[in-house]
Amino acid sequence: MSSTWFRRSKQGILTSTKEKKETPDGLWHKCPECKATNTKQELSDNLYVCPHCGYHNRINAVEYFEILFDNNEYEELFTNIMPKDMLHFVDMKPYDSRLVDAQKATNLTDAMTVGVGNMNSQPIVIACMNFNFIGGSMGSVVGEKISRGIDYAIEHKLPFMIITKSGGARMMESAFSLMQMAKTAAKLTRLAKAGLPYISFMTDPTTGGVTASYAMLGDINIAEPNALIGFAGPRVIKETIKKDLPDGFQKSEFLLEHGFLDFIVNRKVLKIKLSQVVQWFVKDAAGAIASDLN
Amino acid sequence: MQFLDFEKPIEDLYTQISKLKELSVKNQVDVSGSIKEMETAVEKARTDIYSNLTPWQRVQVSRHPERPYTLYYIEKIFTNFTELYGDRQVKDDKAMVAGMAELNGHPVMVMGQQKGINTKMRQMRNFGMANPEGYRKALRLMKLAEKFNRPIITFIDTPGAFPGLEAEERGQAEAIARNLFEMVNMKVPVICIIIGEGASGGALGIGVGDKVTMLENTWYTVISPESCSSILWRSWNFKEKAAEQLKLTSIDMSGFGLVDDVVPEPLGGAHANPELMAETLKEYLIESINELSKLTPDERINGRIEKFSKMGFFDEV
Repeated sequence: MSSTWFRRSKQGILTSTKEKKETPDGLWHKCPECKATNTKQELSDNLYVCPHCGYHNRINAVEYFEILFDNNEYEELFTNIMPKDMLHFVDMKPYDSRLVDAQKATNLTDAMTVGVGNMNSQPIVIACMNFNFIGGSMGSVVGEKISRGIDYAIEHKLPFMIITKSGGARMMESAFSLMQMAKTAAKLTRLAKAGLPYISFMTDPTTGGVTASYAMLGDINIAEPNALIGFAGPRVIKETIKKDLPDGFQKSEFLLEHGFLDFIVNRKVLKIKLSQVVQWFVKDAAGAIASDLN
Repeated sequence: MQFLDFEKPIEDLYTQISKLKELSVKNQVDVSGSIKEMETAVEKARTDIYSNLTPWQRVQVSRHPERPYTLYYIEKIFTNFTELYGDRQVKDDKAMVAGMAELNGHPVMVMGQQKGINTKMRQMRNFGMANPEGYRKALRLMKLAEKFNRPIITFIDTPGAFPGLEAEERGQAEAIARNLFEMVNMKVPVICIIIGEGASGGALGIGVGDKVTMLENTWYTVISPESCSSILWRSWNFKEKAAEQLKLTSIDMSGFGLVDDVVPEPLGGAHANPELMAETLKEYLIESINELSKLTPDERINGRIEKFSKMGFFDEV
């Protein structure tokens, strides 16, 4: 019977676990967008951008710092600031064990890493969010590190940049997380008064209280391609308006179209583009402009 | 009168009082003695219930359909109110009202989210959920107030900024972020009063001031207890628990130093005696403005920055 060629006559997987052929873990990466397979090495050589479709894989501070700081040399600041569960918040899991688990899984202390170093020989303070730490959620540590990063930039007269990647405020810190929005905005007014540039670089995803505070307050706001950027999450909006959302809604290109981004930058030219922009802000341009004519 | 589920004992007493009154009319008997007794019982029941409200019950009180809204306070507290409309860019947002007014003869700018008092009005006011235009209207009028050196008073009462398609297109996040930044920098005194619901960024968008104050039975936190339940417990059934965990009451919030003051409400909540509530609030506003007027603009701005910069908990190792 030909039909048995196509039908599974015996149910289930019959290969015993012992005989299973193991693929070494972490050697290959499948693109979530185009499903093409690349080796991890190829991917990291390509700055975690899919060589086939250009999809920007989500990366964290360690990778961004490697991309941006010259020779991957930078000093990490404020490593002594640690999160704590002051409210003893318990949902399906106590917040303090959530913190411990996240710290073990990521080898990070919280969702924000601040580094100072040279980007094409220009010193800069970069605060970068880590999405792998409780969804990059903004709690007290994130706010405090931004606050101190700004103080550091003012003290050393350096440009300041934040790379956002976050689902929004960290509910387990309740109103304290909400107030980080006001806190960071308040500190940014000081940076502005000091005449120092603030670059907001939004990556996938940037939503909620993070977007509604420091992410949207850059002297220039830029983003990676195809990043989800919004206030409310798409699911909430869909439930509220009871309609399907248009293609590309809340993506970087949509925000650019509606006037909320200065430009979109591909990760592969990120460093050079950022350096150009920072130079525009910091260049000493006193005196007359030299003419090209003799 | 509308009663909340936990106000059942009070409701029962009121039913008995009205029955007694009916009887007395019908049978021509004097029941004033028993009515007086029952009214004392109502007071006692109110005191008992309202001195032991759970966080979730306070959330319910904050949403009581008879609770006074922004325009009520504006009418009762101020004189010569002229409502001002529009953000000068897209449209006028009916969920955010604003205007010039006088407080005991002194010009001030007032604004706040406005909820509707019936189904039709609730829709018109979008349930107190502002769009970007609302936040931009608020900012436009704050700047007007600053230009003419008039104190700013905001009334916060919102279940959140509106999560809509057009709201995103027109930059809800940018509008709120801009307001935070600009409110920190206002040269004039800024007083923000949470009169009902203080939900998340939608509340904070007009909530950065020299004084951020909660009425006793209001709540203020990062997310509504219902949404918190649905996200963290993956079910809508844990709203009471979420309300407890979020520590969103005025007592908690002032204990944390996240709000400056708490204004007591009349027994049984603001809706039990709105006139008294407005009177108490008026006194508070006058005192606060007088206190803040003694400071220079720079002192006020630096005070705001210092206050918000201190918010947060962490260990330094």
